[in-house]
Formats: sequence, structure tokens, C-alpha cells
Amino acid sequence: MQAVISMVSSWLLPSLIAVILVTGYARRLPVYHVFVAGAKGGFAWGVRLIPHLVAMMVAVQVFRASGAMDIMVHGLSPLLHWLHVPPEVAPLGLLRPISGQGSLALLIDILKEKGPDSTLGLIASTMQASTDTTLYIITVYFGSVGIRNIRYALKVGLLADFISVLASVFAVHWVTGKW
Amino acid sequence: MIDFIWLLLFLAGLLTAACTGRMDAVARAVLGGAELGVELSIGLVSVITLWLGLMHVATQAGLVDGLSKLLRPVGRWLFPSVPPDHPAMGAILANMTANILGIGNAATPLGMKAMQELQTLNPDKETASDAMCTLLAVNTASITLIPTTVIAIRMQLGSHDPTAVVGTTLIATALGTAGAIVLDRAFRAWSKRRRA
Repeated sequence: MQAVISMVSSWLLPSLIAVILVTGYARRLPVYHVFVAGAKGGFAWGVRLIPHLVAMMVAVQVFRASGAMDIMVHGLSPLLHWLHVPPEVAPLGLLRPISGQGSLALLIDILKEKGPDSTLGLIASTMQASTDTTLYIITVYFGSVGIRNIRYALKVGLLADFISVLASVFAVHWVTGKW
Repeated sequence: MIDFIWLLLFLAGLLTAACTGRMDAVARAVLGGAELGVELSIGLVSVITLWLGLMHVATQAGLVDGLSKLLRPVGRWLFPSVPPDHPAMGAILANMTANILGIGNAATPLGMKAMQELQTLNPDKETASDAMCTLLAVNTASITLIPTTVIAIRMQLGSHDPTAVVGTTLIATALGTAGAIVLDRAFRAWSKRRRA
């Protein structure tokens, strides 16, 4: 099973690309031109991200260089140990539902410190990928249609994020064969 | 909220540095952080450009619509209060498809469109309907096939296997989505019982 999952990991992206391009070609699309037309927006997307990432990277780097991150991780570690969550990824789990750019900055920080292919790096990557900025989604989605009473939506969203955090730890340990 | 978090990270860092005497490291971290922010934003351009191009081909070839059609039975099961032919269902399915394919930029506007359509079915315009809460639940913990941004970051930071997280993300998001659906149903049943 573990072998199957790591095979899925490496095959999924290339085969998805093949399916997309072959289907496009079979439907008589000028695939190259359609690709280029869509990809045009990529650079602007990266440039739009610069102010967000600069602001958050500076704050996260200050937080870590000062030693405040270590104090927080240390304080949380008994509870996290009980949940089998590595303390180093806890700040990421806490920030993820609140700020997408903030948690992205934290993820980068963890990957640089621990290495992207370490167990911690894999857990942090999976956590970032498998949860969403719940607070932002709730604000934007409900705000756009003028809903004032959101009932239980915030509770469900945050609890689901918590499940995803635990599931990320489980998934990485399981796939790497540590459990 | 974001203002508060940003300020908190700064102030907590400054205060700790004042106590531990690491102010010089903090000063360096300010400039280093800014540099890293620019470097990574530019680095992300590669994978994002690739993905935007591929998704444009997929959309034009009708693959995105095709996946939406495949999801139709799931949509009916998740949103029993939405008539299957209502425009709201189409928008919901498009939003779910975008989330699965890792095109977050497209998922948000599609989700907002779905909310607007759901609002036309909502008897009380100021209170969230059951279907709206379900849409939020599946959006916050969406099943993800290709975590585009994370793969880009891993590539940028020199990972030997940037796509190694595709499988783990699939497992984690499947569990997260299952959890979100169960919680949504449980809270809905509970709120109905309290009102009755």
C-alpha cells in the first residue's frame, strides 16, 4: 500500500499533464497556443505575491530569530506529544486557518531549517496543502452575500482543520512506514 | 485579524529579543526575511505559470466540465436541499472541481458565485442556510489532487522529490473532508433538534 501511494505521488502529475494535452489535441485545440495564453498570467501572479510574502517572511523570521518560536514550541510540546504532533510544526497548524500567506512563510521557514525531504518537512508540506484559510473563506464567502448569522460554520471549519492537521501527521508517518 | 497576527509576531519577537539579547540576530532577520520573500515569490512563478497554462488547456478541452459532471452524484448527496438543475449546483460543482485540481485562485470566485446562487434559495437572507454551511465545510477541508503551491515551494527549496506530498495530501484531505462532512451533518442535526 505504501509503495502504491509513493507511486501515485510520482505518476499523478506527469500522467495528468499527458491526459490534459492529449485530450486537448484530440479535440482539435491548438494546445500550444492555448497553453501560452493561459500561462501568461503566471508572472503577474508571482509579482502580486511579493508584498504579502515579504511582510510575512519578515515577521516570521523576527519571531524565530528572537527565540520566541522556541519558547512557544517548548510550551506546547506536552500537549502535542500526547497528540503525536511534532512540536516544530505546531505554529504552522495554529496559523494556517488564520492566514494563508503567514502559514506559507512558516512552511518555508520549516523547510529551510529541517530540509524539504525530512519527515518534519513532509508533515509541514502536507499540512499546508491539506487545510485552507478557514477564516478568510468564511469572511469572503458569507460577506459577499450579506449573511450575518453563520450558525455553526466556523466551528465545523476549525474542527475540520484540526482533523486535517492530525491526518497530515498520520499520512506522512504511514506512507514513510514509520507506523 | 491579519493586522493583529502580523503585529503580534513582530512584538513577541522584539520583546523576546530584548530579554535574550538577540537584537542583532533580529535586525539581520528583518532584511533576510524581506530578501527571502522576494526570492520565493519569483521562484513560485515557474510552477504557477505551468499550472495556469495546463488548466487553460484542460478548461478549453472540456476536462474541467467533465470532472464536474462526474461529481454530480456527490453534489446531490451533499446538497439535498439544492435542486439538481439549479444554477447553484453548477457553481458548487465547478468550485469543488477547482479545489480538487489545486487551482485555488479559481476556486474562490466560483465559490462566491455558488454562495450568490444559494442565497436565491435561502428563505432568511441574513442567516446561513444548511447548503451554505455544507459548502463552507467542503471548502475548508477540500480533497486536493495537486497541491500546486506547496510543490512549487518544495522545488524551489531543493527537494529531491517535490511531488512526494501528493499521496500524503490525498490521504490527509480525504480524511479531513470526511471529518468535515460528518461534523456538518452532526451540527445540523443538533441545531434542528434544538430549534424543534
